[in-house]
Amino acid sequence: MNKPARGSLLGIEYLEAKDIRALLKLARRMNPLKARPLLRNKRIVLLFYEASTRTRSSFEFAAKALGAMTTLVQSAGSSIEKGESLLDTGYTLRAIGADAIVIRHPSAGAPLLMAKHLDIPVINAGDGMHEHPSQALLDAFTILKHKQAFKGLQVAIIGDIYHSRVARSACHLLSKFGVKITLCGPPEFVPEVAATLAPGLRVSRYIEDALRGTDVVMLLRLQKERLAGQKIRLQDYIARYQMTSARLKLARRDAIVMHPGPIIRGLELTAEVADGAQSVIVDEVQNGVPTRMAILARALGKAR
Amino acid sequence: MPKDKSKPGSLLIKGGHLIDPAAHIDGPMDVLLRDGRVAEIALPNEIPGSADEKFDARGLIVAPGFIDLHVHLREPGQGYKETMVTGTEAAAAGGFTSVCTMPNTTPVIDTPEWVAWQREPERGAVVNVFPVAAATRASRGAALTDFAALRRAGAVGVTDDGKPILDDEIMRGALLLGADLNLPVVQHAEDTRLTENCSMHEGRTSFRLGLRAMPSIAEASMVDRDVYLAQRIPGSRLHVAHLSTADALKAVRRGKRGNHKARVTCEVTPHHFTLLDEDVGEYNTNCKMNPPLRSAADREAILVALADGTVDAIATDHAPHATHEKEVEFDRAAFGVTGLETALPLAITKLHREQKIRLTRIVELFTAGPARVFNLRGRGSLTRGNFADVTIFDAKKRWTFEAAKSRSMSRNTPFDGWPLTGKVVATIVGGKMMYGAE
Repeated sequence: MNKPARGSLLGIEYLEAKDIRALLKLARRMNPLKARPLLRNKRIVLLFYEASTRTRSSFEFAAKALGAMTTLVQSAGSSIEKGESLLDTGYTLRAIGADAIVIRHPSAGAPLLMAKHLDIPVINAGDGMHEHPSQALLDAFTILKHKQAFKGLQVAIIGDIYHSRVARSACHLLSKFGVKITLCGPPEFVPEVAATLAPGLRVSRYIEDALRGTDVVMLLRLQKERLAGQKIRLQDYIARYQMTSARLKLARRDAIVMHPGPIIRGLELTAEVADGAQSVIVDEVQNGVPTRMAILARALGKAR
Repeated sequence: MPKDKSKPGSLLIKGGHLIDPAAHIDGPMDVLLRDGRVAEIALPNEIPGSADEKFDARGLIVAPGFIDLHVHLREPGQGYKETMVTGTEAAAAGGFTSVCTMPNTTPVIDTPEWVAWQREPERGAVVNVFPVAAATRASRGAALTDFAALRRAGAVGVTDDGKPILDDEIMRGALLLGADLNLPVVQHAEDTRLTENCSMHEGRTSFRLGLRAMPSIAEASMVDRDVYLAQRIPGSRLHVAHLSTADALKAVRRGKRGNHKARVTCEVTPHHFTLLDEDVGEYNTNCKMNPPLRSAADREAILVALADGTVDAIATDHAPHATHEKEVEFDRAAFGVTGLETALPLAITKLHREQKIRLTRIVELFTAGPARVFNLRGRGSLTRGNFADVTIFDAKKRWTFEAAKSRSMSRNTPFDGWPLTGKVVATIVGGKMMYGAE
């Protein structure tokens, strides 16, 4: 067991504000449409134990825009199906010549485990309910495009915080810049303990309270695949927490609406909000590519 | 008692400080063992004649042999984790002269034949082995085993450890049958309806790590129910295994109060009185066990209960696992840690030195306390005629525990590299030296 290789990105919690600032600065200089062969001949493995559309394809585009080769390994159709352990899969990919591994896994802590046993950078593309650092970085990138600075910002994160790795990473990131964050949802989704995750967090049960004066509204998907055993009545949730045009008026007039996707129209938000003028949901997806270019460049020591 | 002092098999332990809480002894005493029994206890230099062998115990504590109520020795069927040889060697190195084995092996110990098998000399155990048998067939929780036959074969209790006896009617039946036979029912108290897919204690750390987590109430509610059931069954004996929460302790206290004709006892583990849920850190699977490491408030309550007499025994829940079962994703890792070789040093370091609990109380928790829980006659005290099981330790010795040097086949301990105070010097089982420190 070793320390993770330099350039690994395992969670926002482990980063310092200056690392985050440097990554965001690098991301601003990345242009997905203008190929830069920074990572020519580098081999990047996309190791996905869970379904993904935007994260996987944007990491792939990001790698290719930097001139790297990529290969996709998924649990179905690989030796993982035959019972190969996570570490053995890692050793195998390393032996084949991987220079970095981007991993998504249903178990919290899986990327860290792999990073401790490999001498190449490991990038967390989402681990269970733990962290999704590249999403938090692209969200920060998106916020800064619209809000100039983090200073004095107020953010409301609404929905299923408990199951959300996006929320945990976002809380860590924004908290490091002094942003005031309100977590809003029913107790099953937003337990009181959630406020202990980072400084500057508070919990509210009332969406009206959470929205008042807020600059950024982050919505989360209800994760049916992680709802094992939870008894949530969707109609009640919609009645109390769905983001509607009327509710959005409670936020600041220039507030932006964010969502990591995939969105479920009619559940956590209405179609009007999703497609409305304040929505930056499509923008987020777009920003995923330059942000992930920056992450990969940093991982392989080409952060210049 | 034979008078011939020169007869082979006699051992005189001279110059030590004897702590035998059941006999109310805490002072310099010599101990003579002969033919596997305690022949004499006397003030220094008062034992006449000669012995075949002498043990110089100057500066050391001499105590009745330690008894561990809760170990997993993994045989039959899981010899890649531990065998009865390696497990009992680790026990001897930790000062334990008797271990009570849990039945969750492959197959589950649910027949008299398997109980007898575990006790056969062919298993190669170097300390006394007292099997605890399954309370229900295959520990499935559906149908009780034949308690009377299991007891005749040598079982000292029944349990479905690893799993709770969840069903009210089955638990009531087990306590009734146990009452009839004076057999303790050992409960792994976990309402598994509240802990599905969970891998640690519910709190700040589990939220931060994004791990599904077990609420304290899953343990406390089960102990609560069991105490209610036991108190309505005269003669019943309920033993709560590896108790870990403040709320469960409240239920045990209720069970011990009043003039109910039931006996409620409990044990706690060294890892629960030493570590906290936050020690899981960044997914350290050597801090994953069931019940999980709990909150600071829970540990505080446990420390109080260890001191005030509520807790009957320190038990290790020694649960060896192979590396490939621990070097995996946290939520997929096996539950359990080894503990036989670190139990006494942790008790001395954490309970005696930090918490100022007296050594006599600590020795009681390893000897008379557990002997009473499982009715182990002739053990837990060094009165004349009792079994010659003796643990000799240095209460002041400072050393560093190294997992790589463990006698256990497995290495899954959270205490690798820990500086500790207190070390076992010799372990004598039935008059024979089964462990002696270099």
